Amino acid sequence: MNLRRDVFQAIADPTRRAILLLVASQSMTAGAIAANFDTARPTVSKHISILTECELLQQEQNGREIYYHLNAQKMKEVAEFLEPFRLLWEARFDKLESIMKKHK
Amino acid sequence: MEQKTKIHAEDGKQEILITREFELPLDLLFKAYEDADIVAEWMGTKVLKLENKRHGAYRFETTDQKGNKHYFNGTIHEFEPNRKITRTFEMENTPFPVQLEFLEFEMMGANRSKLIMQIVYKSVTLRDQMLQLPFAVGINMAHNRLEEVASKGLIN
Repeated sequence: MNLRRDVFQAIADPTRRAILLLVASQSMTAGAIAANFDTARPTVSKHISILTECELLQQEQNGREIYYHLNAQKMKEVAEFLEPFRLLWEARFDKLESIMKKHK
Repeated sequence: MEQKTKIHAEDGKQEILITREFELPLDLLFKAYEDADIVAEWMGTKVLKLENKRHGAYRFETTDQKGNKHYFNGTIHEFEPNRKITRTFEMENTPFPVQLEFLEFEMMGANRSKLIMQIVYKSVTLRDQMLQLPFAVGINMAHNRLEEVASKGLIN
């Protein structure tokens, strides 16, 4: 599995970027994170687990609660400047491709 | 899975290469650049003008989430169907100068084609700025707590 690619896919999603920014300033439980979104709780949980799998979020057990905080070091690696630019074009060209396939 | 879209940006150069292979016949790929309605659909923009000929021009209008209108325009220098388009690109009302774009279309097979897009910027610094823009904008839209994030090393 290409972990590096997965990290970039993780930050390509706007909800996941919003989660990263939420926990950037303080550790939060999954419930507290979900409270910031209109999206259904299981959807937010799914986003949290994707971010945790690619190590952008770190878990911390505090009593019965699990808190999530940002792995700043990992984020710094991600902040390689070219990738978001590439993803932008990738999304644009994917759209072109899917639209033109209907014209065949 | 291999990345379909590749960006080649050499250090110290004021140009970039964007290459993309499509599961489309060459003529359909080119049509996506030629037909105003189709351009509008995949670029998510309103096409105000699209003159596909030498000395022709184009102008697009996009509306952002806040309802603000943004305009983009350029002049077409070369237009050879299924082969190439050479044009300028300018974002109106921004400090960014015009850029030069060379688009080359290649047949890879009956149902495969390739686009090679070379973009030339006014300077190396400007090129690097343009490359960083999507990252900065993406983060900005997600949330407005930029300062906190910057202090944690999220943005260099």
